[in-house]
Amino acid sequence: MADKIATRDSFSKFLVDYGRTHKNLVVMNADVSASTQTKAFENTYPDRFFNAGIAEQDMMGIATGLAHSGKTVITSAFVLFATGRAFEVVRNAICYTKANVKICASHAGLSVGADGATHQAIEDFALMCSLPNMIVVNPADDVSARKLLKQACEINGPAYVRLGRAAVPVLYNEKQKITLGKALKLREGTDATIIATGTMVNPALEAADKLAKEGIKVRVLDMHTIKPIDKKAIIAAAKETKCIVTAEEHTIFGGLGSIVASVVAENCPVPMKIIGIKDTFGESGEPDKLLKKYGLSASDIIKAVKGLKK
Amino acid sequence: MDKKSLEQKALAVRQDIIREVYYAGSGHPGGSLSCADILTVLFFDEMNIDPKKPNLKTRDKFVISKGHAAPCLYAVMAERGYFKTEELKTLRKYGSRLQGHPSMLSLPCLDMSSGSLGQGISVATGMALANKTDNNPGRVYSIVGDGELQEGLVWEAVMAAAHYQLSNLCLFVDNNGLQIDGPNDKVMKVKPIDKKFAAFNWNVIKCDGHDVVDIKKALAAARKCKDKPSVIIAKTHKGMGVSFMKDNVGWHGKACNKEQAIEALKELGGEL
Repeated sequence: MADKIATRDSFSKFLVDYGRTHKNLVVMNADVSASTQTKAFENTYPDRFFNAGIAEQDMMGIATGLAHSGKTVITSAFVLFATGRAFEVVRNAICYTKANVKICASHAGLSVGADGATHQAIEDFALMCSLPNMIVVNPADDVSARKLLKQACEINGPAYVRLGRAAVPVLYNEKQKITLGKALKLREGTDATIIATGTMVNPALEAADKLAKEGIKVRVLDMHTIKPIDKKAIIAAAKETKCIVTAEEHTIFGGLGSIVASVVAENCPVPMKIIGIKDTFGESGEPDKLLKKYGLSASDIIKAVKGLKK
Repeated sequence: MDKKSLEQKALAVRQDIIREVYYAGSGHPGGSLSCADILTVLFFDEMNIDPKKPNLKTRDKFVISKGHAAPCLYAVMAERGYFKTEELKTLRKYGSRLQGHPSMLSLPCLDMSSGSLGQGISVATGMALANKTDNNPGRVYSIVGDGELQEGLVWEAVMAAAHYQLSNLCLFVDNNGLQIDGPNDKVMKVKPIDKKFAAFNWNVIKCDGHDVVDIKKALAAARKCKDKPSVIIAKTHKGMGVSFMKDNVGWHGKACNKEQAIEALKELGGEL
């Protein structure tokens, strides 16, 4: 069994490491420092941490001012409030001026669980991908989270990184080459491709392994960067495997599935199934039960692949 | 700069505003004329700036939170030497660096883009926080409209600026009492502005926003305060300087026709 680490903890470790050598790194939070894991940075570099209080819009505005004064700024909050509540500030202050602000938020999707629908962000990819100059990243494990955070910080401009609350298996070793904008191939296959992102990468692997036992060889791509999307990997999957299933813990409107579908439709039309949250809000409950109810389990992926192969 | 020279500059700025908006065929003359004296004092007297070195790290910065007063900002900056006054004629036109609301990517000598109300003061707070953290002597100035005070984000920023004791931040409220749908008092009361800021723990100063000497005094008082951000509540008149625009909300976002432009410029001692 692989080690399990939540990507918010990877974020915490990254901040302390990166902050040691990058003195212009400053971190902001909106009163959820312990939840989104900026606490360690705050404790290590108290003079470079600023709490905005429960004021996500103002956090983004202040971050813009800090960025235009030469800082690399990390802002952290719950996904829904960082990308939803503060959306228009992210658009007009951060993205329109190409401010060097990285929005690193956690608590997305149904796997937030008990808190219920008001806190289960399922529209952040759609919101953030719609903004020019924005990069959108959704790492699936500890190693890719730290590597992608570093790359995002080394680009002078805005980025959004979705982090997870729950511990997830470590998929990659430290030597794995991981590049922003380039999908990672976790399983080779020619019968179908599952393109998954973030928390759906593990169910995708489980589905692929079960299908392999039935003789269906499925390629699995970890699409950790939603924008800019890896068109080459998508087109190759369409050409070489003839059908694609996408899987994301996000609404089916405007997320990974929509973006992959537009690449496929324009370049190499093949049958697709899009696994995501239908036109609905979530609810309170244990994450496993919710993911099953809303059609985001490995067996839903298996069903989708088999449906395409009929 | 002495009183007479500042008044002459402000007059030139007002003429520029009328011409800019006339050539553009749209824009916001009322709120631009309202803050013309304040911006003139800032750019010609108060701020430590050099148009030849617009990116100097220790410069004072200005964020126009009421971004629709872009014609005033552009006029003041052109008169100050950031670019030629000729360019003012391109305002709002295709390919112009002078966007309808200020854009720092198209006009790099700007300290910030703005236009979405409430955001400028939030960004200015971030700039002041950066300067305080870095022991950078640069001060940060901003201006909001009084109607803009209805935006919740303004008060989030006001709270944060006081919390971080940003005495290097100085905010003007352009208190002309009017907004698009009518008087503030009718649309959504913002009074008492002074008591609100005082309750948020700001240093509150009042001045006549059309008296350059009074504006200078207010700025000097703001600089003296070492533990709080300062707000200067400037009593102003929308459309100040042009009789048929003064205190008339109809001129919030409307350009003069040729006849009106000539008339307005005549009152301001200029011509088209």
